[in-house]
Amino acid sequence: MESLIRQNALSCGATEPSRFFGKGSLEELLMGFSKLTKLARASTIRWMFGLAAVVLVMTMAGQLFAQTAPASAAATAAVATTAPAATTTAPAPVTGAWAQQTYDTGSTAWMLAATALVMVMMPGLALYYGGIVRKKNFLATMMTSYSALGVIIVQWFLFGYMLSFGTSTNPMVQKFIGWDPSRLMMLGLDPINAITGVAGAPGGGQFPVPETIFNMFQAMFAVITPALIAGSIAERMKYGAWCLFILLWGTLVYDPLAHFIWGNGWLAQLGAVDFAGGTVVHISSGVSGLVAAIMIGKRKGFPNVIQPNSLFNTLTGAGLLWFGWYGFNAGSANAANGLACAAFLNTTVATAMAGLAWNFAEWMHHRRATSLGMASGFVAGLVAITPACGYVALWSSPIIGLAAGIVCYWGAQIKTIFGYDDALDAFGVHAIGGFLGAVLTGVFASTALSYGLAGPTNAAGVPQGVAGWIDGNFHQVLLQILAASDAVVYAGVVTAIIIFVMRLFMEIRVSEQVEIEGLDLGIHGEVGLDTNTFPEQSVAMPFGGS
Amino acid sequence: MKLIIAIIQPHRLEAVKQALTDVEVFRLTVSDVQGYGRQKGHTEYFRGQAMQVNLIRKVRLEIAVNENFVQPTVDAIVKAARSGPGGKGQIGDGKMFILPLDNVIRVSDGTAGSDAI
Repeated sequence: MESLIRQNALSCGATEPSRFFGKGSLEELLMGFSKLTKLARASTIRWMFGLAAVVLVMTMAGQLFAQTAPASAAATAAVATTAPAATTTAPAPVTGAWAQQTYDTGSTAWMLAATALVMVMMPGLALYYGGIVRKKNFLATMMTSYSALGVIIVQWFLFGYMLSFGTSTNPMVQKFIGWDPSRLMMLGLDPINAITGVAGAPGGGQFPVPETIFNMFQAMFAVITPALIAGSIAERMKYGAWCLFILLWGTLVYDPLAHFIWGNGWLAQLGAVDFAGGTVVHISSGVSGLVAAIMIGKRKGFPNVIQPNSLFNTLTGAGLLWFGWYGFNAGSANAANGLACAAFLNTTVATAMAGLAWNFAEWMHHRRATSLGMASGFVAGLVAITPACGYVALWSSPIIGLAAGIVCYWGAQIKTIFGYDDALDAFGVHAIGGFLGAVLTGVFASTALSYGLAGPTNAAGVPQGVAGWIDGNFHQVLLQILAASDAVVYAGVVTAIIIFVMRLFMEIRVSEQVEIEGLDLGIHGEVGLDTNTFPEQSVAMPFGGS
Repeated sequence: MKLIIAIIQPHRLEAVKQALTDVEVFRLTVSDVQGYGRQKGHTEYFRGQAMQVNLIRKVRLEIAVNENFVQPTVDAIVKAARSGPGGKGQIGDGKMFILPLDNVIRVSDGTAGSDAI
């Protein structure tokens, strides 16, 4: 109401017919030029020139690589198709991009949409986490998700994609990391044709979509994974330290793990499966969160710090997460086909069941079914069905959901027993739910879903599908436990090293003063929810003032 | 009877409550207030434009006490409300006002005077 009156007053002032320019504004505009010259001498402007120099160097490097990369890409293509190349006397006439297309338009359309859906999980996560923290830390908590979008997308563009999905020429290196200069800074991406040769993932690496959209789809996965860690260390980490941490974590933990399983690394070669990222995304982020929470320490005043500012935000965020998760899970089929639809069905049923199961578990515990409980149950179900959704029999999805809801409820309780401050239960929900999902994938995997797409091949070269315990293959359960345990150990150890080394050079936790007044104001210089009841008491400072 | 009005730092409220409990003062009214004194506001940023926000959030306590409780209450608040390194106190820790109180009436049964406190 008050702002409406002020707005009216302003618009009345602006309609004064006396002058074309508002009073004094022309003189002020001219004075702006002299201010600009002063600004050019200020120290901050040197940073701008520094950034411009970085852009220039990147452009020049791109030019340099672009001349060499296609040649090497063409060389590998020639090696792959030696026999036909020898017999072909003249290349087929090229009549433009449409003539060469090898992708399926329906699948490509779905992957474009799925990628955008996964991106919606970032604002979803920001609201989901932002609603549970105290109101003085609302913006800072949302920023942990949004900063991941910024930092990791750039990292992915520069070298993250190469490390995860590049194919190393040396088979020993290929087991652990992708080293392929043609994927550095997207230089060797074929912008027209469908991908061939990213093995390990469902579909046998023959996705009917261009590599550009496969790349962006995976980029969103790389973004959400470090953003999940923020749940463990909420309300106490410095912003700059956080940005550096996720850059290092994405490079040293996520990219290698994604390569182990999806980039045809050593776990994929053993036969462990992870449809949409239970091991790579959820176990790795949850375990890293636990390690980070223990190393950084409890929040001041713990445990009297559980004061959600707005569960409205959290419930909205949980809804957006579920919505975006369809892109995450069904999109992991990398095609618009029956497998994507089966993954969609499994995702929906397991999630619904898990929400009910969490509510039931807390009702048994405290005789209360809470809204945060239902939202948390949904997320737990989504986490558990993530590795499973493209492999398990359709009838098993409610069982996985039921197990996830109940196990993750108790997973979120153990922190009170051990006394570590996993603020928003990134470990309790994501690591425990992810581990459960990985194991249950081995139990319920059915060749009915993955026949022709994954698993050991027969004499004719047709993949026979992944058989789980229900198909008599108990070995798959052990493989799943091995892959999940590997992620636990690898993510835990490397996270501990990253934080230990970062601490040698910088302070990663905010000062006590900032923790008291809140990270929104203390770090970002903004106020999110503590609305100012006397806005006219604020005074704009002269330009450049602070 | 006296009415003690104390303006303190929001984050010292918990400590002050504990200190008051220790001197057996169990009744307290708390409100959210804004104001300014020697501690000058804080700066917020909006797309590169710095804004000086002059009003600072504080917590206001109102405590009605009998004469023999005045000094213990004041001492408890002064001790517990100090912030800064080592609890030495710093600008912005607030003020206390002590006012004479004519009467106190308990609504539920109509009791008046010092018994009603």
